[in-house]
Amino acid sequence: MSSETKTTSDYIQHHLTNLTYGQHPDGHWGFAHSAAEVAEMGFWSINVDSMLWSIGLGLLFALVFRRAAVHATSGVPSGLQNMVEMIVEFIEDTTSSIFHYKNDLIAPLAMTIFVWVFLMNAMDLVPVDWLPELAVALGVSHMKVVPSTDPNITMAMALSVFALILYYSIKQKGPVGFIKELTLHPFPSIFAIPVNFLLEFVSLIAKPLSLGLRLFGNMYAGEMIFILIALMFGGGIVYALFGGVLQWVWAVFHVLVITLQAFIFAVLTVVYLAQAHDTEEH
Amino acid sequence: MNLNATIIGQSITFFFFVWFCMKFIWPLVGAAMRERQETIAAGLRASEEADQKLALAASNAEEELTTAKAEASAIIEQARARASQMVEEAKTEARGEGERLVEAAKAEIEQEVNRAKESLRAQVAELVVTGAERIIEDSVDADKHDAMLKKLAAEL
Repeated sequence: MSSETKTTSDYIQHHLTNLTYGQHPDGHWGFAHSAAEVAEMGFWSINVDSMLWSIGLGLLFALVFRRAAVHATSGVPSGLQNMVEMIVEFIEDTTSSIFHYKNDLIAPLAMTIFVWVFLMNAMDLVPVDWLPELAVALGVSHMKVVPSTDPNITMAMALSVFALILYYSIKQKGPVGFIKELTLHPFPSIFAIPVNFLLEFVSLIAKPLSLGLRLFGNMYAGEMIFILIALMFGGGIVYALFGGVLQWVWAVFHVLVITLQAFIFAVLTVVYLAQAHDTEEH
Repeated sequence: MNLNATIIGQSITFFFFVWFCMKFIWPLVGAAMRERQETIAAGLRASEEADQKLALAASNAEEELTTAKAEASAIIEQARARASQMVEEAKTEARGEGERLVEAAKAEIEQEVNRAKESLRAQVAELVVTGAERIIEDSVDADKHDAMLKKLAAEL
């Protein structure tokens, strides 16, 4: 715990509150200082910490990979190029085994999602108090450093993927073909249209929801456990030592979780887009 | 969990990074990897070709060697034949020369003998004449009996 005056629930609440910029109910713009103030700001506010970390990690990905790409030679590859090529090859193998159409967007899309989500998830491995406490020391009241524990971030990516699903569904099948798919499956009868539409629409909507909420849920839960473990550090030497061991164990396990979640997000994106390209009856 | 404009900001960011990756990262890395694949494939092909060439060269060399050996033995055979022929010729020539020399020596010896006989005959005739003169004291006219004396000398 950061200070003796804080209660446990304050501590948890502090860790779960974003640094949100928006309009206060009294009309002036500024940062929210509590979860209640964030709620009062409504939709037209922005989580500055999530955006900054998300953009920062995106830039880290873009610049590091760009550097490797610019220096890429067909000769013997060196360290960074090797790593980038391994990821590129891994993504290429994965996408080409799922996605059988010609589309230059899919593989870079999958790689961006995989690496970016991985980096965002990896922020979870930084001890939970370091960066928020540093921010407090610098005068910033709240700092959530794992963007993928913010549903705005995960749902934004899921909805972006959903937009691509709709775009390619209509592009590949035509508006009529897409509507037919929604209404004449799985029962090809004119009388079954309401039932079909209900089934197909639910399964269509379920795609972005499950995609975004799965990542959010996993990361939020993981972060929560790190916060709970961190609480033990305030409970005396025995608790602190036990907490240290627990944190190490959970971090090791979490390495698996963050990689897996990044991979699942990328692969499901490719699967959904492959379905959007499927024109044959099924 | 409250949704706010972050969702819009993140969507824009998302499409920006996907676009950046598609335009500026993926094609370059992919091109380098494909190029390396081709280089490696070409290298493997070249080494296979070199292997084949080496095998071909080895068999060629063996062939050449065999031909050269055959040629060399033919040349040696020829040289040997020529040498024995030369020896044979030399022998024949030597034998001829020897015979000729022997013939010449014999002829000379015969000549010498004849010459000696001739001279002996002349001396004997003279001795006979001298002896007869002594015996018969001037009774023998050299001119008169010359023919007879010659006949006598020839009989000796």
